Amino acid sequence: MTPAEGTGAIKEAEKKMPQQQRTYEVMFIVRPDLAEEETERVVSTVESGATAAGVAVKNVERMGKRRLAYKVRKFHDGVYVLLTVEGPGSAVAELERRLRVAEPVIKYITVRVDEEQKRLAKVKKIRDSKVRQRPQTAEAAAGSEPTPATA
Amino acid sequence: MADEEKKEATRTDEAPAATPAAPAVPSAPAARPYGRGPGGRRPGGPGGRPGGRGEGGPRKFFRRKKVCKFCVEKIDSINYKDVRLLQQFVAERGKIVPRRLTGVCTPHQRRLTAAIKQARNIALLPFAARY
Repeated sequence: MTPAEGTGAIKEAEKKMPQQQRTYEVMFIVRPDLAEEETERVVSTVESGATAAGVAVKNVERMGKRRLAYKVRKFHDGVYVLLTVEGPGSAVAELERRLRVAEPVIKYITVRVDEEQKRLAKVKKIRDSKVRQRPQTAEAAAGSEPTPATA
Repeated sequence: MADEEKKEATRTDEAPAATPAAPAVPSAPAARPYGRGPGGRRPGGPGGRPGGRGEGGPRKFFRRKKVCKFCVEKIDSINYKDVRLLQQFVAERGKIVPRRLTGVCTPHQRRLTAAIKQARNIALLPFAARY
């Protein structure tokens, strides 16, 4: 069957080159007409599916039921779940395939976040260094400002 | 002691010297032709003739200079999950509002656009609202 072939191809790719660990956010919407425990079951199956696909689940955030901005599969509402995941791109592709196949999941999106986090850390660092420099140049109220503590 | 005071004095002199130079910059675009669209903006300061340089407050159309919300408020991350933030830059019908109307700077508009499109994809924002 195709799933077996798919995983086989992934394993071959893994052999060819070292896989990079990347951080992704996978947000998916579960159909709203399920009972609470059923939704919970769907989330846990997706979670276990993610580990089976070869990604490490870092965090699961249930964002609750929300109104959709447009109709999706004739639903106006949806239960949003955010998965923070770490692993190689091929494994995330496998996770996406599982989500596509999963019937109660009506929509999903995968966003790579590690580069954005890196950029944010850089911006923060630059800003912090500027904050530290400013009291020196101004010469005024350098000691009284608790800037390093807040930064 | 006296030397230090002098230094400080010179410093304070320099600071105001820099500020008069600043208004000269916005005055340059004021020389542009008047006929710009409704969205066209004339940067702040008394718009117009070099002769009419009165201090008598705002004359004609005094339009405040638009500033980038993200730069001013130091919002670093423009995330697709932050619907409240993104909604400010989406028109009633779901369109992305152009930069020339909102005043967002180019790098931030680029990130904003990407975030809005991601939010649309996961049904947090509409592609087209209310028909």
